[in-house]
Amino acid sequence: MRFAPHTDEDVREMLAACGLGSVDDLFAHLPPGVVLGRDLDLPEGISEPELVRRMSALAARDRTADDLVCFAGGGAYDHYVPALVWALAGRSEFYTSYTPYQPELSQGVLQALFEYQSMICELTALEVSNASLYDGSTALVEAAHMATSATRRGRILVSEAVDERHRETLRTYGAGLGYAIELVPADGGVTPVPAVAEDVAAVVLQHPNAYGNLEPGIREAFAAARAGGARAIQVFDPLSLGLLAPPGELGADIAVAEGQGLGNHLNYGGPYLGVIAARMQDVRRMPGRIVGETVDVDGATGYVLTLQAREQHIRREKATSNICTNQTLMAVAAAIYLAWLGPDGLAELGRHARSKAAYAAERLAGVPGVRLAFPGATPFKEFALRTDRDPLDVQAALIAEGFLVGPALAAPGGPVLMVSTTERRTREEIDALADALGRAGGAGAAR
Amino acid sequence: MSGAPVRRGGPPLPSTLRELSRPGRRASGFATLDVPEAGVPGDLAREGRPGLPEVAERDIVRHFTRLSQMNYGVDTGFYPLGSCTMKYNPKVAEATAALPGFARLHPHQPEDTVQGALELLWTLERSLCEVTGMHRATLQPPAGAAGELTGLLIMRGYHTKNGNPRSKIVIPDSAHGTNPASVTMAGYVPVHAPSDARGLVDLGQLEKLLDEEVAGLMLTNPNTLGLFEEEIEGIAEAVHRVGGLLYFDGANLNAILGRVRPGDMGYDIVHMNVHKTFATPHGGGGPGAGPVAVVERLEPFLPAPVVAHDEATGRFRWDRDRPDAIGRVHGFHGNFGILVRAFAYVLAHGHDGLREVGERAVLNANYLATLVRDAYPLAFPGRPMHEFVSTARPLKAHGVRAMDVAKRMIDLGFHPSTVYFPLIVEEAMMVEPTETESKETLDAFAEALLRVAREAAQDPELLHDAPTTTPVRRLDEARAARDLRVRW
Repeated sequence: MRFAPHTDEDVREMLAACGLGSVDDLFAHLPPGVVLGRDLDLPEGISEPELVRRMSALAARDRTADDLVCFAGGGAYDHYVPALVWALAGRSEFYTSYTPYQPELSQGVLQALFEYQSMICELTALEVSNASLYDGSTALVEAAHMATSATRRGRILVSEAVDERHRETLRTYGAGLGYAIELVPADGGVTPVPAVAEDVAAVVLQHPNAYGNLEPGIREAFAAARAGGARAIQVFDPLSLGLLAPPGELGADIAVAEGQGLGNHLNYGGPYLGVIAARMQDVRRMPGRIVGETVDVDGATGYVLTLQAREQHIRREKATSNICTNQTLMAVAAAIYLAWLGPDGLAELGRHARSKAAYAAERLAGVPGVRLAFPGATPFKEFALRTDRDPLDVQAALIAEGFLVGPALAAPGGPVLMVSTTERRTREEIDALADALGRAGGAGAAR
Repeated sequence: MSGAPVRRGGPPLPSTLRELSRPGRRASGFATLDVPEAGVPGDLAREGRPGLPEVAERDIVRHFTRLSQMNYGVDTGFYPLGSCTMKYNPKVAEATAALPGFARLHPHQPEDTVQGALELLWTLERSLCEVTGMHRATLQPPAGAAGELTGLLIMRGYHTKNGNPRSKIVIPDSAHGTNPASVTMAGYVPVHAPSDARGLVDLGQLEKLLDEEVAGLMLTNPNTLGLFEEEIEGIAEAVHRVGGLLYFDGANLNAILGRVRPGDMGYDIVHMNVHKTFATPHGGGGPGAGPVAVVERLEPFLPAPVVAHDEATGRFRWDRDRPDAIGRVHGFHGNFGILVRAFAYVLAHGHDGLREVGERAVLNANYLATLVRDAYPLAFPGRPMHEFVSTARPLKAHGVRAMDVAKRMIDLGFHPSTVYFPLIVEEAMMVEPTETESKETLDAFAEALLRVAREAAQDPELLHDAPTTTPVRRLDEARAARDLRVRW
């Protein structure tokens, strides 16, 4: 396939206008020592029908969350994506545009981002958001960076019940950003109130946490963080906030989330959406694009990228972050999804997820050889099981039965198998999963 | 006058969703709850409701449709933003990324259930390594800047393993702002190398900056001025002589596809912006993807996991056992859906098509530069590659600046070029037409630019007042920053 529209005649005319005789003349000044004297070792180009056949054949080798009943969680969830989300976010005036450097031609995406930022602030009870970050894990890195620059301290206390992928990512970037991470053990699947010394920059809790549990002591932990002069950072689930008190009310200074559930398909892990919100005290430490409302020369309301003096293209090495391209289209999709959901839909979705998790936890823990890892804790939309068999074997056996569960995680007290219930799962599916687990994971199953 | 491609007039400007909201209106619906209702402990429960809009589905559809009409994309028209490579995004790539076998995969699925996805990632990695002349690559970084930071952390890992992480990274003064910002985030200090009168790295000056504390040099080639660094072999040798690593910022890879490979120029680390070179759509600011490819001696430091292929069984798996890996740079496997689109692009073009992409991109830039250079002189005399940097400096005599030219071009029906970048060029106008534009489009754009230059002399107010045909006119950015309104 070719997308360059040039005819041979065009090429000749254009070269002639440049005073050149051949295409090679355009490259004649390149040092011969670096020029590749052969074709790239790739196949020849193919037509669109051939391409579709190749791609479809690859896709057909995958099992999907349609042909397996998806009870998998661990940071990505099978929430329903309403048809209107990508019918609208998929309009090519949005998806084929660049970062809105010319605001007069970009009011559509700018206003959509302003509305996204507004809805994130409403959800979190915080004061400022941005035009998106890459994903939940890198959003936590940016929050930690904000905390270290605000406090000029270098220790970050992170609960063991924060998703291990987030913790790994935090550790990777810490090598450059120079902060040190210390783990707060979460025996029992919930986090105790940590001691916050004078050199602590931030206390990070996830609520609901990586084992699915609500954190009963989160207000106290955040109060301790703030009393110690540290920033309180919450990793939250946007879709929990119809039921659960928002981060701002729990005492969080900065809240970050994986926004995949806000209208994004599972996409094997990306593109997803990094959500961040903070208080105005940190607005000049926020990373990335922020959209602000203003007026034009005629006094009409309009939107622009604002506070750009924080950003890499102005501040260069002194910027708050290096982020440039972000996940804007996912933020537009999230704005559409949240408008679709509305406050009542958000609460109803939360009730479904919470109630189905409670029901599923009770049903599955009743299977011989299977028990709840943290029986005293309250799950929101996923929970941790301990199984007599290796969790990975149980997961594989359940796939053979048509169910996708997981991930298998290292956890206090030994490995666990995560099971998630979004609003899409039904009682019938949960009952069928319990039956399958009886065959696949129970005490009687072959080891 | 043709008028702006995103026009004033038609339906009124949209109000916000909050203004459309009416208590009790709703779009979403769910099945009846079929299990006993469970609550949450009172002290963790939300009191009251979040202020999300209450609107009907039709309200949402009209609102965002109207917003889209106020937005300009490649599908709307020519988008010659320099350094952004805004080429046409093939529709078939969108269609293949939406296949359930790619879009409906959960990231924690066991490897046996995602063999198609893993084969795609493996083959894409091999293809990108061939295009860049590198050994192995990570597909995790979700954007170009994330790729830069990943590359710099790989440098840090490598030098640390050799006993000293070193402290400095050299970047040219023309570099994109993400370069120095990434350097800081990687814990290094940027040192700026000056450009010479040709707009190229001054090798003599560079050599004076190089010592055993220099971890590496970040350099795109063609460089940020659209010019090929002809002394690249000498630059590579100088950097390697002090034990440093040479980093290729892939922003300008489009120019050299199939003709020159970073590996053959002596580069050690390469990031690619697939939303530039491999035509994945930019989404109004993202998502992108920024794969990073490295030479063999740096492979151990790539983020884990990487895809592994067992040739005996034909099976693909995630290789997590990589003790020297710098860690994870993304929560899952990167922007997989974007990588699917990039893979489709590479497959569709093949070696012959990719080479033609680079040739036509350079042809288009040279042709357009030839048409406009009398009115907008090139900042540097060398032959442009895929983009060129002109200056609007001659128009300053009329009180007209590059931004005025840009705004007037909007009224004439075009998205303007990048302006005021690179920072080292006064009144810079950076134009990158890409290979997917026709001669007719380039002719029309050149004609409009030349007309604006004439107007600048005859009627500069026309430029100062522009744009007048867009839904909103010039916006007060100072007020936006001073009287901060960043939410409803």
